[in-house]
Amino acid sequence: MNLRGMYAIYHFELARALRTWLQSIISPIVTTSLYFVVFGAAIGSRVQEVEGVPYGAFIVPGLIMLMLLTQSVTNASFGIFFPRFTGTIYEVLSAPVSYLEVVVGYVGAAATKSLVLGLIILFTAQLFVDVPIAHPFLMLAFLVLTSFTFSLFGFIIGIWAEDFEQLQVVPLLLVIPLTFLGGTFYSLDVLPEFWQTVSLFNPVVYLVSGFRWSFYEVSDVPLLVSLGMTFFFMLLCLTLVWWIFRTGYRLKS
Amino acid sequence: MSPILSIENLDKTYPDGFQALRNINLAIHKGEIFALLGPNGAGKTTLISIICGIVNATGGRVTVDGYDIQRDYRQTRSRIGLVPQELTRDAFETVWDKVSFSRMLFGKPRDDAYLEKVLRDLSLWEKRNSQLRMLSGGMKRRLLIAKALAHEPSVLFLDEPTAGVDVELRQGMWETVEYLRQSGVTVILTTHYIEEAEEMADRIGVINQGEIVLVEDKKQLMRKLGTKQLVLQLRESLEAIPAALADYDLGLSEDGSALIYTYETQSARTGIDDLMQALGEAGIRFTDLHTTQSSLEDIFLDLVNGS
Repeated sequence: MNLRGMYAIYHFELARALRTWLQSIISPIVTTSLYFVVFGAAIGSRVQEVEGVPYGAFIVPGLIMLMLLTQSVTNASFGIFFPRFTGTIYEVLSAPVSYLEVVVGYVGAAATKSLVLGLIILFTAQLFVDVPIAHPFLMLAFLVLTSFTFSLFGFIIGIWAEDFEQLQVVPLLLVIPLTFLGGTFYSLDVLPEFWQTVSLFNPVVYLVSGFRWSFYEVSDVPLLVSLGMTFFFMLLCLTLVWWIFRTGYRLKS
Repeated sequence: MSPILSIENLDKTYPDGFQALRNINLAIHKGEIFALLGPNGAGKTTLISIICGIVNATGGRVTVDGYDIQRDYRQTRSRIGLVPQELTRDAFETVWDKVSFSRMLFGKPRDDAYLEKVLRDLSLWEKRNSQLRMLSGGMKRRLLIAKALAHEPSVLFLDEPTAGVDVELRQGMWETVEYLRQSGVTVILTTHYIEEAEEMADRIGVINQGEIVLVEDKKQLMRKLGTKQLVLQLRESLEAIPAALADYDLGLSEDGSALIYTYETQSARTGIDDLMQALGEAGIRFTDLHTTQSSLEDIFLDLVNGS
């Protein structure tokens, strides 16, 4: 194992986030707080409770997920796309590091950042409303699992993308709509039956539902199904990453 | 002495069917400076990229210090430093952060004293805290060398080190390579400037259309360069070289209007005096004379056009 090499990538990526702290740390917190104020205060004044949970508190897990998914995808995709763009990727490819070490370095750094952001937003939310956490360890497990899985997904996009537009298109046109339609701001029960069925094809539904269960023990789908689907998506991403390195797709000719 | 780099039957065909390398065989000795000369698109960068792990070979085998580049990639890559042809476009990190990252990426423990020496040797120490975007083109190129040296490689690849670099910087680059030679690093550089190969290399290889067409010691090549031709335009054409002049290395032009004498410029006696005398005695008169010398460039062009 080249642990130093792996750590070099990890450290370099985290240093980049810290160097651009306004964009990478402050901006997601401000955005989430705005969502919280607008949705929580405006809608919350009319919708008192969802499934016995005050509306302001109900949307907190969804908001954390929204931020976690977009930040994981954006960070990880940018992390690997940028060296491809600047040309410095040659150094990583010619270094004595294994594919696994490269993935752990890049994906680990993006996931770490998302995780920290998720926790910061959770504490920020506590300033606005009371957010009890029924199963803190399960909540943390969901945070870690989601950060890692979607950072893997972002890593894949960062390798697939050939320009900045492609890099942006997946987070903007796929991740954000799926998250908004994934029960972030509502319970699936409020939808007509047809749209409830359609929603079950949205993977984000399972993440938000399971994550929310760890807070309030209310969910749209059973907890085990949530966990199972999250693992399934992670395995799918891992398989894709394995294939990328095996074939050298977009990295080696 | 076993070679530090050995390439056997190496082939590379890109997915679009373009054959970039054909059956390359090459051995590089420890401590030498080897110049790989070739026109654009000859396969120089592909060859280097395969050895460094950036491009996959289609067939053949490469070993570095006895280790296979695929099976023992950690061993081979930790011995190799690569200075790419293109300047990278990163901008916001500092010089010191970049070289530290390079060293760590290759698994070497922190050694600030060594990195300081590398930066000082490459005249970058004063710029250690500068962001990359503040550096000039020449500094950026030296930084790429510093990054490649950060993990103390024993083999260094310089891919077109002076491409797009002004005369003064090119001179500086030659001095850098000389410094590398003295520190015991084996250097393999690619170039399409003949004078660069002449200036720096111990041995010269010529690659064209994916094939190595010549590998030769530079001194021997220079000896070939040391040969000159004296061309004598005759007053009256000859049909054959007269028997009286058979002792001289003489040739006759196709139309018989000129005699061509080949001689070594570096030998103590060129034989020109004797030849002139013999010509006079044989009654051969000439109207004009001039000398020509084949340059490395001529040899190179012959090889490249001939293949």
